[in-house]
Amino acid sequence: MAIEARDLVRRFGTLDAVRGVSFEVAQGETFGFLGPNGAGKSTTISMLCTLLTPTSGIARVAGYDVVTDRAEVRKRIGLVFQDTTLDDYLTAQENLRFHAELYGVPRSQTGPRIDDVLEMVGLVDRRGSLVRTFSGGMKRRLEIARGLLHSPRVLFLDEPTVGLDPQTRTHIWGYIEELRQREAITIFLTTHYMDEAEHCDRIAIMDGGQIVVEDTPERLKASVGRDRVQISTADDEAAISALMERFGLDAAMSEGTVAFYVAHGEVFVPRLFAELGVAIESVSIARPTLDDVFMNYTGRTIRDAEASGSERMASSPWMRARRR
Amino acid sequence: MSQAPIDEVARRDEPPSRPPGSGATGTPTVKARHRADLAAVRVAGGRWQDDVRAVTMVWRRELIRFSRNRLRIITSLVQPILFLFVLGTGLSSLMGRGLGAGGSDFKTFMFPGVVAMTVLFTAIFSSVSIVWDREFGFLREMLVAPVHRGALVVGKCAGGATVATIQALIMLALAGLVHVPYAPSLIFSLVGEMVLAAVMITALGTALASRMAQVESFQVVMQFVVLPLFFLSGALFPLRSLPAWLAVLTKFDPLAYVVDPMRREVFDHVRAAPAVRTLFAGGVTWNGWSVPIGLELGLTAALAALFLGIAIYAFGKTD
Repeated sequence: MAIEARDLVRRFGTLDAVRGVSFEVAQGETFGFLGPNGAGKSTTISMLCTLLTPTSGIARVAGYDVVTDRAEVRKRIGLVFQDTTLDDYLTAQENLRFHAELYGVPRSQTGPRIDDVLEMVGLVDRRGSLVRTFSGGMKRRLEIARGLLHSPRVLFLDEPTVGLDPQTRTHIWGYIEELRQREAITIFLTTHYMDEAEHCDRIAIMDGGQIVVEDTPERLKASVGRDRVQISTADDEAAISALMERFGLDAAMSEGTVAFYVAHGEVFVPRLFAELGVAIESVSIARPTLDDVFMNYTGRTIRDAEASGSERMASSPWMRARRR
Repeated sequence: MSQAPIDEVARRDEPPSRPPGSGATGTPTVKARHRADLAAVRVAGGRWQDDVRAVTMVWRRELIRFSRNRLRIITSLVQPILFLFVLGTGLSSLMGRGLGAGGSDFKTFMFPGVVAMTVLFTAIFSSVSIVWDREFGFLREMLVAPVHRGALVVGKCAGGATVATIQALIMLALAGLVHVPYAPSLIFSLVGEMVLAAVMITALGTALASRMAQVESFQVVMQFVVLPLFFLSGALFPLRSLPAWLAVLTKFDPLAYVVDPMRREVFDHVRAAPAVRTLFAGGVTWNGWSVPIGLELGLTAALAALFLGIAIYAFGKTD
């Protein structure tokens, strides 16, 4: 196993940020933690990266205990944090050189190695430029290159695309996908973007400091088993109560429409028109997405969870680290 | 749990070297070569050589950043130059005739103090830049590396001390303008004392920075540490014949034990009346006993070691 965690717990004062998390990640696997901000993803990742000592429980990364063998773990992992950790006043190449020296990359290999990672993220032309002249996306690419410089066994990406525009996000994912194909590297990432979790071999949905469910994205979506139907009607209130009375369906308002889940949506819709008794203006049927998976297992959408979790985010370890 | 052999097998089938001139990615062969390359590096174990590399690199980073910031080099010289040539000239005229023979005047007296001041301000600024490293995240890049925290602290202090020494050397070059001769023995010992002071102050700054959370704390350090250190050091006025309350405070200023030997050596090389010499370069006394230069420097070295120890300990505790 590249990573194995058993009953990891982390408390900050009275706040239980992570409450008993267990999972395993195989060598070469891309494993994602999906959940709203404040779910405990970053706290878990920082325990795995030896930056935070677990209150209880054990974790091993690349075969080494994250508490007793910190240095061994650190040599074998690459880290890309949410916030940039580059030196703006050094060039791209100097940042990489700094990393190579601190991680003890053999001298003879440092030069070629820097060339390789720069080439991989398409920054060869900008190697001599000061990092402060880079865009957000370029900085993130450079950080990914740096995270790979010492050939880690496990690459940790904490919200690798947060704060980037959609086009750059797609770009970054292109690099990560390429990396997965080229290397036998294990990737552990956290995200609160549903579409990004689709890139993972396996995901664990996290909410309130616990893993709610864990499986491949396909199986998770299949487990929902029902399609999401959204209708807009002349009288939404009446439609919701009619859905309950006539079909026994639990509908709710979502994004300005009446939304509910039903097996075989395309078969159900003709009945809906015939029997609802409220004028329907539009209908859309969608196969389950990870949003629906999240909804199914936690009873709320990830956006709702974000809204209620925002106070907890303020006490996440990264935020604290910045304030220390 | 030991899966080391898996990678080893996967990684051996490609040549480790990278053919020259391979610019483009995209073809399967290039990708295959990348696999070998990206996987070929093995990070070395935790040997002392690794810590030496870390120290050297952290030190080099300080120098790179310093050399790139020309504005900082120039602006941090403005203050000592103003002190020496504007305040110094003004106070000289207040004193009337100067210190006696040889054209030396109050500026000659102030010169070692201003050199020490340059060391003080540059060294503190360099070491407290750790707070900026923390603010902008780079400190985390350093702290998560598989090297001893002590190596990072030593590298940072060495870098800050080097930068402070370079700045003070620029000031030292102005010696002739204030009638201090460029005697090799004098320059040699002044440089030695500058280095010692730079190490001591950088270590102090690093120890302070280890507990500073915000950039704003820098102001606090300036007001509560740097300025008192400066004013009580005797850089601007003689420590002899001060009122008792002030005289006592100066004895506790580590910088006083750096300024004093520098000044005594300067006065060994300029002509001044004995009375003037006693007044301006009479040395620090403890209860009437004149502290020898050797002891002053030994004290500074001991403080440097103490502050460095505190800084290493404090950074060992940082998450």
